[in-house]
Amino acid sequence: MENASPPEIIIEAGRTEAQYWRDLWRYRELFYFLAWRDILVRYKQTAIGVAWALIRPFLTMLVFSVVFGRLANLPSEGDAPYPILVFAALLPWQFFANALSECSISLIGNANLISKVYFPRLVVPTSAVIVSFVDFLISGIILLGLMAWYNFVPDWRIVLLPLFIAIAFAAAMGAGLWLAALNVQYRDFRYIVPFLVQFGLYVSPVGFSSSIVPQRWRLLYSLNPMVGVIDGFRWAILGNRSSLYWPGFCLSLLLVAALFFSGIWYFRRMERVFADVI
Amino acid sequence: MGETVIRVENLSKKYLLRHEQAGQYKTLRDAIVSGASSLKQRLSGQSVRAKREEFWALKDVSFEVKQGEVVGIIGRNGAGKSTLLKILSRITEPTAGRVSIRGRVASLLEVGTGFHPELTGRENIFLNGAILGMSRVEINRKFDEIVAFAEVEKFLDTPVKHYSSGMYVRLAFAVAAHLEPEILIIDEVLAVGDASFQKKCLGKMEEVGKDGRTVIFVSHQMDMIHALCDRCILLDKGSVMLSSYPEEVTEIYLNSSIIGSQARFKIEEDENLALQIISGKVLNSNNQNKDRFDVFEQIIIEIEYIVRKTRAGAIVNFELKRNATSLFFSFDTDCSPDLLHSRQEGAYISRVKLPCPLLKSGFYSLTLGTGVANVGKIQHLENILAFNVELISQPSSLLSYAETRPGLIAVPLTWKTQTRLKNSEVFV
Repeated sequence: MENASPPEIIIEAGRTEAQYWRDLWRYRELFYFLAWRDILVRYKQTAIGVAWALIRPFLTMLVFSVVFGRLANLPSEGDAPYPILVFAALLPWQFFANALSECSISLIGNANLISKVYFPRLVVPTSAVIVSFVDFLISGIILLGLMAWYNFVPDWRIVLLPLFIAIAFAAAMGAGLWLAALNVQYRDFRYIVPFLVQFGLYVSPVGFSSSIVPQRWRLLYSLNPMVGVIDGFRWAILGNRSSLYWPGFCLSLLLVAALFFSGIWYFRRMERVFADVI
Repeated sequence: MGETVIRVENLSKKYLLRHEQAGQYKTLRDAIVSGASSLKQRLSGQSVRAKREEFWALKDVSFEVKQGEVVGIIGRNGAGKSTLLKILSRITEPTAGRVSIRGRVASLLEVGTGFHPELTGRENIFLNGAILGMSRVEINRKFDEIVAFAEVEKFLDTPVKHYSSGMYVRLAFAVAAHLEPEILIIDEVLAVGDASFQKKCLGKMEEVGKDGRTVIFVSHQMDMIHALCDRCILLDKGSVMLSSYPEEVTEIYLNSSIIGSQARFKIEEDENLALQIISGKVLNSNNQNKDRFDVFEQIIIEIEYIVRKTRAGAIVNFELKRNATSLFFSFDTDCSPDLLHSRQEGAYISRVKLPCPLLKSGFYSLTLGTGVANVGKIQHLENILAFNVELISQPSSLLSYAETRPGLIAVPLTWKTQTRLKNSEVFV
């Protein structure tokens, strides 16, 4: 590759290499290859393959629409069809939940790599999030289908959806990095994560609109960073039928940012001992 | 040979060995409990030193490697070879000291790292290549070469879980062999595959060396060190003992008469055992306790045991393993059926000579045990004794005894050959 005089690598105790981010760039193809491996392996020896990425969210959406929309008779936002309301939240939630679970076990699952080859360890959890992101894109097709079915036309706000996707990505990544690093040290997190995901589904506004939460509790409710992400998704997808609770959204955003940067910080700090303890 | 590309200065690596009953994984509860108890101890002024033992895998290691040099690293198990390679390849961090490396490094500490059994050979080449640091363009360019080297053309689109272990290893090595870094770090991975493939790998390695690339590699095979290295470093207990010409270093290594901890053992007496082995040794014909033997040297096993209760059916046995493969079992009752009848109380010493020459070069271990025939075990001392057999007294060109020869044992056989005469019986 580079024929110019090769860079000098210094290995010392406690040294955070200046090279790290450059290395991360040099290993950029590994993000792709690890994600590619996981996707390939996931659907090997399955009969319907990728269709699973569609069936699961679709059925969940159906159940949620019936339980929350029909049986509990919870209100939608404006005149938005309840299934679309549910799905606009289910998309980021499932992405977050899958990314979190995959991310938290990614280092342990790749223990053989970590103890035998050098590469920036951040590649491993990031690839896990990328895999979930691919699933997210696939299940996005269902949303398009629902919109066509209900003749639902989003307004200009849909253009801002990528921004909210980025926030969801940061939230999943931040929490995932914490859990991945903690999992290497404390295997307890293998049990904590599934519980966390299950619990999160109930405390996040997935099956219902967060507007049914009493006004005085909303700021407190927004301490759950996924509240901000989901509200943002609904705001962008449902258009002016949905209104955003700005103080809460900003709080969630702040928390996501804190989670993301502290996640990277903690991961980088623990990374040095991964090979010794894994 | 030019400038220094690797400079290692006072490198040390400490591990904390935990002496806990639970396994190697920490759980949160342990952390909280031990955190709380250490806090309590600190508050009450007691020492916090729990059952943790420091272990220096490397201690003050310094050396330099020049560009284009091929350096071999030898030493016993636990001498710190793997730890050194892990630090050089940036997998783990040193506790103290400093390494500076100039150039692109690739390390190969294990063959087939990152291979996924569900993926096909083709897919694994790309995956493994990427993990070892090759770019997609680079892999594409060398793809055909890799496949040809591994001789797996026909099975490229078969998941590697269906590969034979030989094919698997060949493919894995082929990918690694086509790395083109400036510095190559290799752990003992060449000792895989069949003999002809090993030869091919060796050729490839020599090629790498001739290209002016720097290579550091660990090996237990002295032949290989001689054939490939410009220089050899002997590690012992985490320190550099010697760094010099390969011939000199390997000779000193092989002749070093440091008694390994495993060539003898003693265990505490336990009054509850009816028949107990209390010590054992591996000896040569001069009664010297040794852990390295020449192929042509007599090996004697000595077992000391106590019979506390006279009983019938009691046996003492050992199992000999070569490189972890079981070779045979032997019972002391085999040659004296009287013992099986009844074993009198008292202390005994048994000696048994292993046939010689029979054992090929390799690592041998002995598992000792006592028990009652058809009833059960009393004692089982897994791999409690160990020794190495090496071909020292004869040139390694004596192929009948070479480690790479197929087969588990090497026996001197007398061949009789004569010209065949027409119409007459040969070898009457």
